[in-house]
Amino acid sequence: MSVDLKIIEAKQIAPPKTSTNAWEWAKKNLFNSWLNTILTFIASAVLFQIIYAVFGWVLTEAQWDVITENYKLFMVGQYPVAQLWRMWAALTTLTLMFGLSAGRFKGTMLRLSGILLIVYLIHLGAPFTSGSTKIWLATQISILALGYLIGHYFVRAKRFTLIGWALSIPLILFFIQGFGILPAIRTNVWNGLMLTLLIAVFAILVSFPIGILLALGRTSHLPVIKYFCIAYIELIRGIPLITIFFMAQVLLPLFLPTGLTIDNVIRVMLGATLFTSAYMAENVRGGLQSIPNGQYEAAKAIGLNPVQTTFFIILPQALRAIIPTIVGQSIAMFKDTSLVAIVGLVDLLGIAQSVKSNPEFLGRHMEVYVFVAFVYWVIAYSMSYSSRRIEKSLGIGER
Amino acid sequence: MAQTQRSIEVGPVTKTDKMIIKCEGINKWYGDMHVLKDVNLSINKGEVLVILGPSGSGKSTFIRTINGLEPIQQGHIEIDGVSLTHDLKDIEAIRKETGMVFQQFNLFPHMTILKNIMLGPIWVKKKPKAEAEKLARELLDRVGIPEQADKYPGQLSGGQQQRVAIARALAMQPEIMLFDEPTSALDPEMIKEVLDVMKELARSGMTMLCVTHEMGFAREVADRIVLFDGGEIVETGTPEQLFDHPQHERTKLFLSQIL
Repeated sequence: MSVDLKIIEAKQIAPPKTSTNAWEWAKKNLFNSWLNTILTFIASAVLFQIIYAVFGWVLTEAQWDVITENYKLFMVGQYPVAQLWRMWAALTTLTLMFGLSAGRFKGTMLRLSGILLIVYLIHLGAPFTSGSTKIWLATQISILALGYLIGHYFVRAKRFTLIGWALSIPLILFFIQGFGILPAIRTNVWNGLMLTLLIAVFAILVSFPIGILLALGRTSHLPVIKYFCIAYIELIRGIPLITIFFMAQVLLPLFLPTGLTIDNVIRVMLGATLFTSAYMAENVRGGLQSIPNGQYEAAKAIGLNPVQTTFFIILPQALRAIIPTIVGQSIAMFKDTSLVAIVGLVDLLGIAQSVKSNPEFLGRHMEVYVFVAFVYWVIAYSMSYSSRRIEKSLGIGER
Repeated sequence: MAQTQRSIEVGPVTKTDKMIIKCEGINKWYGDMHVLKDVNLSINKGEVLVILGPSGSGKSTFIRTINGLEPIQQGHIEIDGVSLTHDLKDIEAIRKETGMVFQQFNLFPHMTILKNIMLGPIWVKKKPKAEAEKLARELLDRVGIPEQADKYPGQLSGGQQQRVAIARALAMQPEIMLFDEPTSALDPEMIKEVLDVMKELARSGMTMLCVTHEMGFAREVADRIVLFDGGEIVETGTPEQLFDHPQHERTKLFLSQIL
């Protein structure tokens, strides 16, 4: 019997070679019929025309000084120059955490830090950045490297890095806002990319736990909780984000007792958070529904109580299943922050509006919008890239 | 050793005289469908009871009422002196006493084999982590797959997964083990490895309730066999009585179809 098996094994042959050279590939995929050949030529002509036009414009026609001259405006808006070190300090904190995580976790964090490094290097090498900026950028790069080395050689515990992230958030806010220790910076000069990122990060981070609670509440057996969650989710999902922003700006002050005012930027952040939470909740609910009943039964049979079942068995699997939708939602939220320009906040797009209406740079709106779109794209693409990486790394050993 | 103690008297076979499961007048409906009809059954400590019956006969539903996975509308269940009520405390007390193995294994796919087994001891029995890990490794040894400890369920064969599921249930050191068609989802060549583990468990004196279609297993291991049909117990007896001298027409029909 075993002899027979050996004979069968020996008979195995290698699969036919499928690798082809470029010409064979083109013949098979582009020129395999008369119609395809014609289509190939037409498509190439159109493609060439577009690429030629775009690159021609970007490299020769466009006058990028509208960007370089206003670079500070785009990044941090009218934040006072004397206090700019605080923005750099906030960024340094972030850089250190990226470096640490890259050294500790490798993988996705390493690649994201790589993107960060490239961004820093481009700015360091760019002719338009000033001397002090270059010093700060060099600092960022060394801090990134330092963080990596610390993470790689010294930080053993995952917990340490996670606590670091948790602490870095109030620290960054402290640098930006001052909390009464540093001179206060009024929020109407929180502008540009900084404002965009602040709103987006706040809304995404805070809406995530709220969304989970709402989703769990919606599946609850207690009618009060259940119907409150359903009402909240359905109400918010029925209202456009821009309406929520308007309500936060115009209506909310009417309801608050006189004397109590909530800051403009905070109101918008809360509005964005409430909005995103409802969508997060529905995403999480989708994840919860994807968990087979057997998982609940197995958890019950072991004797886990409902809270333990939710946190050890159900949520970890549900959240894993919806990483793509969570990231999709985050990207959408990040881009939707551009709506705050309509309610008077000056985010990245708001700065673009004011820069293009500056008489000195009349008629340069193309350059401005292309630049803004590019910044949005780099950040959004980094998010979707890391989502794909995380999915892949979690896919190993799963199911 | 345990086998020699097994008697072959008529009626409820007693391994020890201590009754551990008592079910009285169990009635259950799914909507209007009457799925369990006045089921009375008591099981002694150390007894191995096999439940047979055609599909849809209510045998799986019955075994799942014992640890409260399926609520009953009428009747009384008592496990080791604790009444199964709607009180979550009683249900949790009973689930600590009973381990369950499912047809579809139901391992937690996002945890390693070791973590799957350690979860209950750590969080329900509040055992120190080191002790739970030692227990988990011992149990993996007992079910014959110590080398799989750090893999994920998806990397194991069906038979191996079911053996892990048995180890996971045993990790709670239960008094009673419930098996709900443990081999029905397995490829034929993997059934034996699971049955061997179950036989070893039966020999060690564990109280077992098995819903199964494995007649060989039933004949060899069972102290008593119960035949379910149409939501009620049709016949009860030792394997010899039931297989060789079935009394009831429905039992004869069932056996003729299956043997």
